[in-house]
Amino acid sequence: MAAVLVAIGRFGEYFMAYLDGTSAPDVGTIRDTYVAQVQKRRLYSGLALLVFVLLMVSGFNVADDRNAGGFWDGLHQVGDYPAEVLSEAWERRASLPGLMWKYFPSLIETINIAAVSTIIGAMIGLLLSLLSTRGLAKWPRLIPVFRRCSDIMRAIPEIVIALVLIFVLGGGPVPAMIAIAIHTAGALGKMFSEVAENADLKPIEGLTSTGATWAQRMTLAVLPQIAPNYVSYTLLRFEINIRASAILGFVGAGGLGYELRNSMAWGPGRFGEAAAIFILLFGTIVFFDQLSSRFRNRLTEGQGQ
Amino acid sequence: MTTVDISAVKSSAETLIQRKRLMAFGLPAIVLAYFTYIFFAFDIAGLAQRADLDKAITLASDSWSHKVHVTRTNRTGEMTYAFEGERKGEYPEGERPAWVSGTDIIEIDLGDGHIVRLLSENRTEIVVPNFGTITAQAEGRIVTTNLGDDIPDWINASDRRVTVTTDGGRVTMTGTKTEVFNYFAGWELFWFTLESPYYGVGIGKILFGPQIDADRSNIAGAVSDWWNNPMWRHKDIAWAIGETILMAFLGTMGAAMIALPLAFLAAKRFSPFMVIRAATRRLFDFVRGVDALIWTVVLSRAFGPGPLTGALAILVTDTGTFGKIFSEALENVDSKQIEGVASTGAKPLQRYRFGVIPQVVPVLLAQILYFLESNTRSATIIGAITGGGIGLMLTQAIQTQKDWEEVGYYIVLIIVMVMFIDWFSGWLRGRLIGKKG
Repeated sequence: MAAVLVAIGRFGEYFMAYLDGTSAPDVGTIRDTYVAQVQKRRLYSGLALLVFVLLMVSGFNVADDRNAGGFWDGLHQVGDYPAEVLSEAWERRASLPGLMWKYFPSLIETINIAAVSTIIGAMIGLLLSLLSTRGLAKWPRLIPVFRRCSDIMRAIPEIVIALVLIFVLGGGPVPAMIAIAIHTAGALGKMFSEVAENADLKPIEGLTSTGATWAQRMTLAVLPQIAPNYVSYTLLRFEINIRASAILGFVGAGGLGYELRNSMAWGPGRFGEAAAIFILLFGTIVFFDQLSSRFRNRLTEGQGQ
Repeated sequence: MTTVDISAVKSSAETLIQRKRLMAFGLPAIVLAYFTYIFFAFDIAGLAQRADLDKAITLASDSWSHKVHVTRTNRTGEMTYAFEGERKGEYPEGERPAWVSGTDIIEIDLGDGHIVRLLSENRTEIVVPNFGTITAQAEGRIVTTNLGDDIPDWINASDRRVTVTTDGGRVTMTGTKTEVFNYFAGWELFWFTLESPYYGVGIGKILFGPQIDADRSNIAGAVSDWWNNPMWRHKDIAWAIGETILMAFLGTMGAAMIALPLAFLAAKRFSPFMVIRAATRRLFDFVRGVDALIWTVVLSRAFGPGPLTGALAILVTDTGTFGKIFSEALENVDSKQIEGVASTGAKPLQRYRFGVIPQVVPVLLAQILYFLESNTRSATIIGAITGGGIGLMLTQAIQTQKDWEEVGYYIVLIIVMVMFIDWFSGWLRGRLIGKKG
């Protein structure tokens, strides 16, 4: 848009110059400026690329130095552990269904953590987004406050809250649930408010004229407009949260991750357990990814995404 | 003009409204039912018993305050004064806090009239306003007090150990030692530890005052003492944060560099062979589905703990995600530009370079920068698992269960780090592809 305005402005200048009788700049000058611009641009891109390559190479070296095992030493060992686990699991393939059944309750717990925290997070995120969008906010002056609120909630990694809450509440699903819900609320609050900004304000005006309260305006005029996008983002978050809840289990917050850490600690001889958990986790993630992407496609159909 | 069949419209409208009503009441009902199930599945009712409120209070108060331990070893009568009771925070020989006085009888002023006197022969006297004076005598392994049977709840007394917690501080007496904790607000020794010559010197004096340490200039000495502070370990923390950001950076950028060529193979427009397309897509799905957690576990077996393992775990997972997003972006490329470039006689590679890349670069950059921010958070968590970066330091600090002020410090730093990366990636996106909207 700005570029068009500038172009119109330029044209106007040339036109005025033409009316004044002075001549517009000739083709040669235009070409020279263009070539100079291109060269300058190339120089900058080249420099940026150089800086990027330097950062990557030196970053890699630093990371390699500070790692316990080197990259080149470890590279050929990458397959060893999976091969060990898989071969042992293959030897005991008869016991795998039993083991998977044994860990099924943990899997349910992991999914439950993700689902509850997504629902709670989405509800808080919805409120935050409505309160921090211009035109919809109940208290327009407090918009920056709610924005910062969701920024901070989004910035806190789940593990921080989870570890602190595990200390206070003891292990189990609740700390993970609260931690993920807080992060989800912040993340969805931001995404939702981007959607809400594009909501049509006319239905709100219509409802306002009938004397509707803020809550009524939001539920009847705004929600129906933004619901498909909200649900789509929430489903996307659910996918992310399943992964997060598995990872948090690994640091002590119940569910499949916790069982994985325990089974890993036993080492060889119990790899059947680890393999069963790997399969469950992989299957769950792929299943919910597919399910939610199908739903999301249906929801956002015809919206030109 | 035909009349509209009103009854049909009405009935269809009614069914629609019925359905909406069902949704409006059904959805909350389902959510409510689910929450009820969760209430029992997660044993929320039992949470009240498991939750330890004392821990929460300790955590909340310790994260912004510090305590000074005054310890008398009963056998030798030796006195030590130390911040947080740590060796690194000990007062140098012959020095002690200003609120401790006396030589034979050591008097500790805990403020507001709370006074603790360490008398000879391992006797201790605690003056508590509005209560009286508590005296305790340590003999062998037994502690005897003048308290009767009626003991208030802020005193915890047994034969072996007596703990008195007042507003001013806490006194613990056992047969072997008497410890007095005096609490203060703020993070003490955050700048300099006691052995540093700059401890307790104001910023004005450091900047403009006379030289404090003969060997070093004031600013250089102060910066180096702060940087090498053994209590707060600013240098290690800076390295840890650097490691975390490095993991996110290497992982994200490496994934993008690997995913871009693969995405061409997975996009219908650029990859004519169905088999290759399907294989690449399944590969993306696979590495995405295995998830960062399992990759971290597998890779740390091969590479050992450290930032490189974390970076590689992020790299592998995100290669799948980026591959998917990039190939979708490539499918949506406008073919007119490519035709235009082709009409000038461009070869295939040139067609990609000038016809395709300029179209997809904004989408790709936006995604990469968005992932950089989200991966900084992931790197914190992965670091806690593989052992690298600020995530590891945080986990260790929480597991020791006593350095809550350090936990508070790390949490603040992590939030600042993530917000900085968020701001930085937004800024870079603005510079590279223009502002949104």
